[in-house]
Amino acid sequence: MSPPLVEVSAISRTYAMRSRMFGRAAAVHAVDDVSLTIPRGQTLGLVGESGSGKSTTGRIVLGLEPPDSGEVRFDGKPMAALGTTAWRAQRARMQMIFQDPLGALDRRLPVATQIREPLDIHGLGTPAEREERVRELLRAVELTPAHGARYPGALSGGQRQRIVLARALATKPDFLVCDEPVSALDVSIQAQMVNLLCDLQAQLSLTLLFISHDLRVVRQISNVVAVMYLGRIVEIGSADDLFARPEHPYTQALVSASPAPGRRSAGRIVLSGDPPNPAARPTGCAFHPRCPRAIARCASEVPALSAVGGDRQVACHLVTGAATRDAA
Amino acid sequence: MKPLVSIEDLRVAFNGVPVLRGVDIVLQKGEAVGLVGESGSGKSVTWLAALGLLPRYAHVSGSVRLNGRQILGAPATELDQVRGGRIAMIFQDPASALNPVLTIRRQLCEALALHRDLQGNAVKAEARRLLDLVGIPDAGRRLEAYPHEFSGGQVQRIMIAMALAGNPDLLIADEPTTALDATIQAQILELLSTVRRELGMAMVLISHDLGVVAENCDRVAVMYAGRIVEQAPSNQLFADPVHPYAQGLIGALPPLEGPRRRLTAIPGTVPDPAHMPGGCAFAPRCAPVAEACGLAAPSLVPIADDRSVACVRAEASRRALLGIAAE
Amino acid sequence: MGRYFTIRIGRAALTIVLVVTFAFIVLRLSGDPALMILGPEAPPEVLAAFRKAWGLDDPIWAQYFDYFGAIAKGELGRSMRDGRPAIELVLERIPATLALTLPAFFFKVALGVPAGIYAALHRGSGIDRAVMMTAVAGFTVPSFVLALLLVLVFAVQLGWLPSGGQDSWRHAILPIATLSLGGAAVLARFTRSAMLEVLGQPYIRTASAKGVSWRKVVTSHALPNAAIPTVTILGFMVGTLIAGAVVVESVFAWPGVGRLLVVAVANRDLAVVQCILLLVAMTMVTSNLIVDFLYGFLDPRLRSKGAHA
Repeated sequence: MSPPLVEVSAISRTYAMRSRMFGRAAAVHAVDDVSLTIPRGQTLGLVGESGSGKSTTGRIVLGLEPPDSGEVRFDGKPMAALGTTAWRAQRARMQMIFQDPLGALDRRLPVATQIREPLDIHGLGTPAEREERVRELLRAVELTPAHGARYPGALSGGQRQRIVLARALATKPDFLVCDEPVSALDVSIQAQMVNLLCDLQAQLSLTLLFISHDLRVVRQISNVVAVMYLGRIVEIGSADDLFARPEHPYTQALVSASPAPGRRSAGRIVLSGDPPNPAARPTGCAFHPRCPRAIARCASEVPALSAVGGDRQVACHLVTGAATRDAA
Repeated sequence: MKPLVSIEDLRVAFNGVPVLRGVDIVLQKGEAVGLVGESGSGKSVTWLAALGLLPRYAHVSGSVRLNGRQILGAPATELDQVRGGRIAMIFQDPASALNPVLTIRRQLCEALALHRDLQGNAVKAEARRLLDLVGIPDAGRRLEAYPHEFSGGQVQRIMIAMALAGNPDLLIADEPTTALDATIQAQILELLSTVRRELGMAMVLISHDLGVVAENCDRVAVMYAGRIVEQAPSNQLFADPVHPYAQGLIGALPPLEGPRRRLTAIPGTVPDPAHMPGGCAFAPRCAPVAEACGLAAPSLVPIADDRSVACVRAEASRRALLGIAAE
Repeated sequence: MGRYFTIRIGRAALTIVLVVTFAFIVLRLSGDPALMILGPEAPPEVLAAFRKAWGLDDPIWAQYFDYFGAIAKGELGRSMRDGRPAIELVLERIPATLALTLPAFFFKVALGVPAGIYAALHRGSGIDRAVMMTAVAGFTVPSFVLALLLVLVFAVQLGWLPSGGQDSWRHAILPIATLSLGGAAVLARFTRSAMLEVLGQPYIRTASAKGVSWRKVVTSHALPNAAIPTVTILGFMVGTLIAGAVVVESVFAWPGVGRLLVVAVANRDLAVVQCILLLVAMTMVTSNLIVDFLYGFLDPRLRSKGAHA
């Protein structure tokens, strides 16, 4: 079996943040000891709320930011250092799409020009070949050359996001990081985009890292899902299984919070308190102040991510304790 | 039973462009109605228009009755009493929903002073009680704080407290949780539900999130391009949507459990209000479209007890199903 | 809070030093005071003696250090024209300038701010457009053109008001009017933008939805927020109280600090120019400091820490 395309080992990233103009600098552990592997052609979904560190993880995996510790390996080789020629060359193999398509596009240029830009930058093909590729890409995202001649302002949100996707696919990348790509779109347009992404992934054998706060969309498009809380992965498992049978109390609360038509509010897990300040992380398990099942150990010891049967891994003293008891 | 709020043929146009093209809603006391739609559906505009909160250049026509009394176009003093006192509204975007230069106490007490007959210390005590009710810890001290000192979820709670200050009969929540994290969203919806039950208040929950609306409302109305296209009790709507747009919306929601399926993707986009197609606004995107659809915009017609739909084909097929002769 | 101000005062001091240094360099390099003051026909020995007496022969860096040394001792030099201490000359003229700029400031605010607020509240109406057109005219027309126009109309054609000098209170009317109109135009425009920005904020809609009357929404909710950016520009205007009337004083032959500055520059009367600049820099910097302090008072977000402190 071929090695995974993306291997992330124990990356951490800390920012120093000033709370106000003259406050003392606080260390924000945006990402803390995160390890992931993404096999070729598969999708890893990364789920979390604000402050979970999922976007930072995405940037580190793509090589846009260096981790303070740990390593990212792409196709068996370590990620090139930021800004070097090797790194620039690697850009052709990995791309990113973001939440705000209007912000990702230059308002002053027709969109076809923008789709062409990566080809020009990396010098791929003759000019005629590039034009043909642009047309091909527009077709792939279900748009016409007439759309290509327009400016971003003249397109709808969904169309703009398709252009961003087309541009990202221009250099035939192997790896695509999607950071909240459908959150700003209407529900019916979201469905179009999700279908399109799934189709393109199958056609082009893309490997995806899909970052979102929307559990449903993540489940739809992912093979494996990882749940993050305050910079750490708290649970990771297969997409079908994770949301149907969540083990970690936080995942359970997330799933419960996702409203489902046909289910009334009874039985909903409602967490108390606000999400904690990333600059003032609780000791031990970061989730323990809000966890309905926290025990004494949770406040002092950080739980490690451990296997609990099947392909599921959970970072929770209660769950892993029970699992080892069951196994014994 | 006389309805609490009755909206008839409400129409709104901005500089000649129609945004709301004839909306009818009836709300009973204590009822929770959800209003679902995507951008451009007019779900927020409906209630902003009803309360007279639209800017001057908006042209509003139709009828809005509160307890039988017409409030559309009512004089400002009368509307000021209705707003907050009979009908309260909370909005999205907690970040800038509260005045940043005034303390919470001043903003809460402003609402209390307008609609309640309290004096002096009683006002402050009531403000504290409201903050406690919505779950703001250490209410006494927090009264003197400013909005920027609270998190998004807390600001939304304060908004709810302010809305409750006037003991309204109806609370309109316009996308109250859209800008909040999922777990905070759950807290706020739980709070709204509790408060509603305890005070017997009616609620209109406006959202683009079908799930949120389904779980928290008795009845749901689906809006598209400035009109209501389907109205039904929430469990019925999600189990069995009739209007093609409603079907598309529900099919577009990825399932959290069970087998994964290809999502229903409604082709095309919402029409530009300035260039609305003649006839049914959804016709260009509708799969089972028929010739009759292009002739006239279908009106909302009852097809069963407490269900109505604005679709020529659906109406015909349902009536056939129920053995009612077509007219 | 203490640290906030220490930093600002430090920056203010640095600004003043930079301003004076700049003036020093430019003046020294741009002309010979001896020639300016004594005239081109003066014999070379007289010119040389003059230069020696005033230390103009010394290397420029020596002159620079001498100058700052003197300032530190409180001596701001003497006018090369009449030998009197520069500071005396300047202080003499301040009351005259203030007699123009203080009333003008009052009128600027009294005219400009209400006009801007009114225009914002009635956006798009005929009055809004009229106010804005007048405002644009007000700040695009240079002050000397405005001054001359006023003189033409009121002094020459109508003969109602005198055109120059400082002999009676009537002489102050046209200069004050010139100063006020330009400033009022700027303030109207600015206040209108600030108000429009505030009126578009969600919290205004929240207040209306609470049932607050529109009048109260404007006074209790909109104005306090619109005051914050307006205070910036008012602070700037306060900073120009001393030297903001240079052109007007020249046109109306009003014996104030501005006119003194023009004459001193023409004569390369270094000490006087530097003294005035020092004074202006100090005024500006002080008014900015006051504005910064006022911000903290008006905007609670600057006072205390946020939710995640």
